[in-house]
Amino acid sequence: MDILEIENLKVRAGDKLILDDVSLKVALGQVCVIMGPNGSGKSTLASTLMGHPAYTVESGRISFSGKDITRAKPEERAALGLFLSFQQPREIAGVDYYPFLFEAYKSLALSRREEAMDVFAFKQMLDEQATRLDIKDDWGRRYLNSGFSGGEKKKSEMLQLALLQPRLAIFDEVDSGLDVDALEVVGQAIADYIKPETSALIVTHYQRILKYVRADQVVVMSGGRIAAVGGPDLAARLEKEGFENLAS
Amino acid sequence: MPMPLAALNQGKTKAHDSMWDNHDPSGYMSKTRPGLDEDVVRFISQEKDEPDWMLEKRLESLALYKTASLPNWGPDLSRLDLNRITYYARAVDKQAQDWKDVPPDIKNTFDRLGIPQAEQEVLAGVGAQYESTVIYHSLREQFKEQGVIFEDLDVALKNHEALVRKYFMKCIPPTLHKFAALHGAAWSGGTFLYIPRGVRVDMPLQAYFRMNAKGMGQFEHTLIIVEEDAQAHYIEGCSAPRYGVDSLHAGAVEIFVAARARFRYSSVESWSKDAYNLNTKRALVETGAHMEWVGGNFGSHVTMLYPCSVLKGRGATADHLGVAFSGAGQTQDTGAKAIHLAPDTSSNIVMKSISRDGGRSIYRGLIDIAPEADNAASSVKCDALILDEKSESDTIPLIRTKNQSAVLAHEATAGRLNEEDLFYLQSRGLSEAQASAMIVNGFIEPIVKELPLEYAVEMNRMVELEMEGSVG
Repeated sequence: MDILEIENLKVRAGDKLILDDVSLKVALGQVCVIMGPNGSGKSTLASTLMGHPAYTVESGRISFSGKDITRAKPEERAALGLFLSFQQPREIAGVDYYPFLFEAYKSLALSRREEAMDVFAFKQMLDEQATRLDIKDDWGRRYLNSGFSGGEKKKSEMLQLALLQPRLAIFDEVDSGLDVDALEVVGQAIADYIKPETSALIVTHYQRILKYVRADQVVVMSGGRIAAVGGPDLAARLEKEGFENLAS
Repeated sequence: MPMPLAALNQGKTKAHDSMWDNHDPSGYMSKTRPGLDEDVVRFISQEKDEPDWMLEKRLESLALYKTASLPNWGPDLSRLDLNRITYYARAVDKQAQDWKDVPPDIKNTFDRLGIPQAEQEVLAGVGAQYESTVIYHSLREQFKEQGVIFEDLDVALKNHEALVRKYFMKCIPPTLHKFAALHGAAWSGGTFLYIPRGVRVDMPLQAYFRMNAKGMGQFEHTLIIVEEDAQAHYIEGCSAPRYGVDSLHAGAVEIFVAARARFRYSSVESWSKDAYNLNTKRALVETGAHMEWVGGNFGSHVTMLYPCSVLKGRGATADHLGVAFSGAGQTQDTGAKAIHLAPDTSSNIVMKSISRDGGRSIYRGLIDIAPEADNAASSVKCDALILDEKSESDTIPLIRTKNQSAVLAHEATAGRLNEEDLFYLQSRGLSEAQASAMIVNGFIEPIVKELPLEYAVEMNRMVELEMEGSVG
């Protein structure tokens, strides 16, 4: 069963056409990796799937879990089980980190009609996940991503991923700007996330994240279009031959 | 800071959802009539069995009130009909000694505001004003032993007449402006707080005020005396039910901070959205003393409020922190005044405002540096968040310097909610209203965190309620 189905998507930002006729399917339990040079539209695709207001869907359709979400609000997509790990997570001053996590968790539980844990059980889960992610600092004393280093921000996204339990997670350049240790933690977090009932869409420049996860499908984007689709071997070919040859 | 998650769930009671709509039926107006004249003033004074000097003060104030004109600046007050206001109302005949003696309808209103629950454990003492008469008062034994006086001003006028007479309306004279004169003539109820020399009160002392009858003005007087080397924190909050007739609030808060004393005055005001809130708050700060104002203004139709620190002694300092939230039909004209009269004085002013749905927020401030005030320093920072096209914000800072050694800084910013921040929070499952409220609460957090926890929770909740109405 396909959890995500994108059909002939055309997307504009202002007057500029950024995605042109993009179609893609991601099956349940599968990992799809999207690669491509800068400006190829990969990140726009990731943001559009989550419902970023700056991107207008001109035509085409996005279905998630069998529902048309082309015009849905971001929070409605989140409620259905979609998650976006941001390339540049926002720093929001004055918003206490842990209450934010609990608030988001409760909102999702409510809209998913699931029973929410109480604050104590939630805190326990939070502590376990923070330990797993090697978060040493007490983030309960900090504001949401405020003053976080690049590595901390990516760990913050992984913490939210673990607590909010989506069915499809989109990782937008999750591996950029990370040192080796942080890459290890983040790679492992993604690997832990992937189960038969969850799917992932990984947007990346590099091969290195593929050390941690097995790609079922590799998609190459160029100039806002899908240039090539293949299996895990396509990623290896990209490494050798570069994007230009494949895109042509 | 302890884990704040648990706190997040506290205080979010049903009571707050109908905060501005709950009131009890009351027949308070039978004794008095609208308008203010000598008969009404004499009636108030007689009802309260006041000493002659107080009646004379009231009559002097009345004469000043009659001749003074309305301010020729600031928000429009033309719809405020001072002749239709009832200047005195009485809710209960006697001061209640104990919570169990408080009349049931009044208890019910307080219950819905969640007041008694909050009070028991945290409060050092409570003076809860219902209508114009204080109905409940408690003070912990330890403070009594220390010589702290915390009681209804009417009671203090009997028990500590000399002390009240020495300070009453010396910081806010009736000559200050029309509403100070009006207050001097019609004041009723309020709080008296006296902290003796060298005494430190660590827990915040609290009082709640309410204004509950149709078209009724409330003119409570808060008189606070903090003696040399003493320290204390006083907090008051108010909430009023919604009524269709304009009501007026013209209270006065006078604070005397003696040499080397430290005092913080905090207030959260959420008057009914048809009320005129024309309060006067002033502190006299002596040598080496420190005064802090922390304030949140919600509600009211028009608020004009500029807490003033008169830095009278060498090295006196003041901090002013304030938040104002204005929605549909509201004008929050708030700010701060710092009058530097002595050398080495400093003032630090941080104000944040939020305007939405046609609301207007104005920062109006005055920094006045006297010729004698060598090496004075003042910093003013105003941040405005404007949530939509219909809303407005303005900054009117006035600086008068008569001493060139002063160091002055002024900074003002105005902005909107960041679309990327909203998207980030919404992608985590929060609605646009929830996400907006979270960002707004984050914006005012530097000020809210200075309030005791239950007030901070209540203020965050008020922002959420306001934001729910504005989006979607």
